[in-house]
Amino acid sequence: MQNKTRTFLKTWAAALLAAGCLAAQAAVPIEHWQLPSGARVYLAAVDALPIVDVQIDFDAGSRRDPAGQAGLARATAGMVEKGIRAQGGEPALDENALGEAWADLGAEFDADVSADRTSFTLRTLAEPALLDRAVALAAREIGEPAFPEAIWRRERERLSAAIRESNTKPGTVAGRRFAQAVYGAHPYGFETTEQTLAAIDTAAMRARYESLIVPCRAKLSIVGAVTRAQAEAIATRLLARLPATDAADCAPLPPVPEVEALAAPKEERIPFESAQAHVILGQPGYVRRDPDHFALTLGNYILGGGGFVSRLTEEVREKRGLAYSVYSTFSPRLGAGAFRVAFQTRPDQAADAVKVARDVLEKFVAEGPTEAELQAAKDNLIGGFPLLLDSNRKLLVNVANIAWNELPLDYLDTWTARMNAITVADIKAAFARKLQPQRMVTVVIGGKP
Amino acid sequence: MKHPSPRRVAAGVAMVLALCAPAALPVLAQQGPPSASSAPVSTAAVKAQQFTLANGMTLIVLPDRRAPTAVQMLWVRVGSMDEVDGTSGVAHVLEHMLFKGSRMLKPGEFSRRVAALGGVENAFTSRDFTGYYQQIPAGRLEEVMTLEADRFAANQWPDEEFVRELEVVKEERRMRTEDQPRARLGELQNATVFTASPYRRPVVGWMSDLDAMTPDDAREFFRRWYVPANAAVVVVGDVDPDAVHALAQKYYGAIPARAVPPRKPRTEPEQRGIRRVELKAPAEQAYVSLAFRVPQIDPARLEDGDDDPWALLVLSAVLEGYSGARLERALTQGPDRVADSVGAYYGFVGRGPQLFGLYGVPADGKTPEQVEAALRAQIARVAQEGVGEAELARVKTQWKASETYKLDSVMAQARELGSDWVQGLPLGASPRIIARLSAVTAAQVQAVAAKYFGDDQLTVATLRPLPPEKNARARGFAAPAGARH
Repeated sequence: MQNKTRTFLKTWAAALLAAGCLAAQAAVPIEHWQLPSGARVYLAAVDALPIVDVQIDFDAGSRRDPAGQAGLARATAGMVEKGIRAQGGEPALDENALGEAWADLGAEFDADVSADRTSFTLRTLAEPALLDRAVALAAREIGEPAFPEAIWRRERERLSAAIRESNTKPGTVAGRRFAQAVYGAHPYGFETTEQTLAAIDTAAMRARYESLIVPCRAKLSIVGAVTRAQAEAIATRLLARLPATDAADCAPLPPVPEVEALAAPKEERIPFESAQAHVILGQPGYVRRDPDHFALTLGNYILGGGGFVSRLTEEVREKRGLAYSVYSTFSPRLGAGAFRVAFQTRPDQAADAVKVARDVLEKFVAEGPTEAELQAAKDNLIGGFPLLLDSNRKLLVNVANIAWNELPLDYLDTWTARMNAITVADIKAAFARKLQPQRMVTVVIGGKP
Repeated sequence: MKHPSPRRVAAGVAMVLALCAPAALPVLAQQGPPSASSAPVSTAAVKAQQFTLANGMTLIVLPDRRAPTAVQMLWVRVGSMDEVDGTSGVAHVLEHMLFKGSRMLKPGEFSRRVAALGGVENAFTSRDFTGYYQQIPAGRLEEVMTLEADRFAANQWPDEEFVRELEVVKEERRMRTEDQPRARLGELQNATVFTASPYRRPVVGWMSDLDAMTPDDAREFFRRWYVPANAAVVVVGDVDPDAVHALAQKYYGAIPARAVPPRKPRTEPEQRGIRRVELKAPAEQAYVSLAFRVPQIDPARLEDGDDDPWALLVLSAVLEGYSGARLERALTQGPDRVADSVGAYYGFVGRGPQLFGLYGVPADGKTPEQVEAALRAQIARVAQEGVGEAELARVKTQWKASETYKLDSVMAQARELGSDWVQGLPLGASPRIIARLSAVTAAQVQAVAAKYFGDDQLTVATLRPLPPEKNARARGFAAPAGARH
């Protein structure tokens, strides 16, 4: 029984660890093929648990929202869960019938939106009868959303109230100001407001859905107890209720503009009556497929990504007790998502804390890490590689990452070797290329005017 | 919690642990039922094993050989409920201080060592327990057991480390509570529901208690409660139970036995009469939270204990266990909807008295009173009409499915084992819990809805929003910094 459970996850990760070089002979358990519709399928077949996870990604994130209808992508995805229209002899299901149907299957289905993607996720038990019904229901929800106008009016009221509530919170206000200052007119900086929601109707949702949620642009990542043949059948069925497409005639979508670099520093200090000031420093970062990705990942771990052992945590939290949470992060996307340093602190010490954080950042960009710091970062990130793959959920994240960013299928096989090859000089050079501390955005919200 | 959520940027994996939500956590998230009838679960055959070391410490090991990783968790049966007035928050402050040094290690060294092993780590404090964990490649288990045993046996640090870390904890309180009106309301509600029970104090502590806390308060709490017989080590992952047992004997077994201090009951008197509290705070939306005193399960009597707690658990799921369940449908839909969002929870098991809660955010133009009435009307409806067989079957199906999904995470499995140990539940409680839930009938759900939801055991807490222009005055905008506390 125990031997039976020693499947891909284990042998794969162990082989990668042992190999530690580009010539790793580890069998890569990710299979990839294209359906006649043009949809791309990525499969990691792991059978230790009777669970199947599917993620379907489309280039339909909020970056494709029209400026006057910011929030359209999110609103559309939210409305997908609000009912299915009658079609092909099958009855309509309203939002409650849909919720009950998913609960009766013991399955989970969600439609989510990020800056770049609209993602559908399905988690179901692998038991054939349940799997079959879950795939059928998901296919209807993806292909035949009803977009009922009355429900959208209600949802718009709820979203508008939530926006008004969030405007009373320093953290959300800080995040919005930062996004606007860093991204300027780029859609990554669009703010959903009561006005933009008012400009959205279900006709706009349908039009958006018809143009962007099409099989030829789908990327399906499948992880779990299925064979390739089963995965192909699942993928085909999930998209079968969308309008048919052909791989050959899927026109590319219009390009989204690049995020523009900042020309000058920007400082925003906004009075806000709160127990803490919220601070965000940053600028546009890099696109996910940038070759500096590995150097920036290691470097950021050292600067402010590595939880308790980063420079920012050491200087801001451990040595001075200025904040509970302080971190730096890149958000690489199809476009140059922002780099940010963020923390919260008592308003009267915000200025001191900003200075400490800025000094740490400037010194790191100017000098890079030490050899010892780089070794510690590699020990953690490379040594901890098995932790990135030790559940079906985590595997799905990684398979979808490969699918979405069109990374090589052996990306995980070569990951440790590529991380290992990074030097102190690589990190210093990569940070110098990407970050300009003298031209960053600084947002401080809190304290007296 | 020691750290904010750790970030694993490379993989996009983030773990989040709650410090302790003001409303009770939905305990059933960790208590799924067995897998659906015909689904084969190969790992279900692998059972957790429990050992008791000579010094009284408990060891629980569950092999899960899907991947070459393991998690070690150290659970101590001490939380904020074991504190006394004047030093509220000390259990949580001590949790932070466990990272500040030991016989072997200097301040911060623990985390550097775990990081060097490729591990991720954190810690958490609640009313009932304090926990520490490291997830590592399985081959590194012995090293983290060495480290954890060392700080459990001999946590020590200079006073100045305490002084700095206390400021970090105050920032944590500001972040989680002071700037979160709904969290402050939860704090106020707890302090109103409970009078004699130590549950009345917030886990993070009152700000004035943090201001007054001394290094020796933390040291004394450590000496008193961090004794082997008051702790359990849980290991889940690609490990061999006998080998882990040998390691535990070597590292944890060497810690001298000491008596677990007596715990005074501090029994909460029966509530006889409705209680109401209000909080004015900067917000746009009002909020109302209803907490009913109700019975809870007896962990020592899983099979033959009172039926009512099991029926209450089913009731909470029927009310809000899935999208389109009763509360959502009745309060947030239709032309006269009263709420933008609603919820329910039931504490089910705990070292202290548990609650059944209902809460909601009024829709624009509606009042907290209308939401309160509508929430109670839904309970009354169950009491009058009962629940349908389809609803009953639905929530049981969900529990069964979640029992299989749970197996995808070694962290989730370790959390369940540790939490069950703290609560005095037996090893392998899950299938027995599911059996009790499966036996609950519609009539039993109807009966508990009629029995426990009157006025006399109810505490209502209401958040009254202050419009922005009034916030400044109400919050002492002109007062000097620091006057707030």
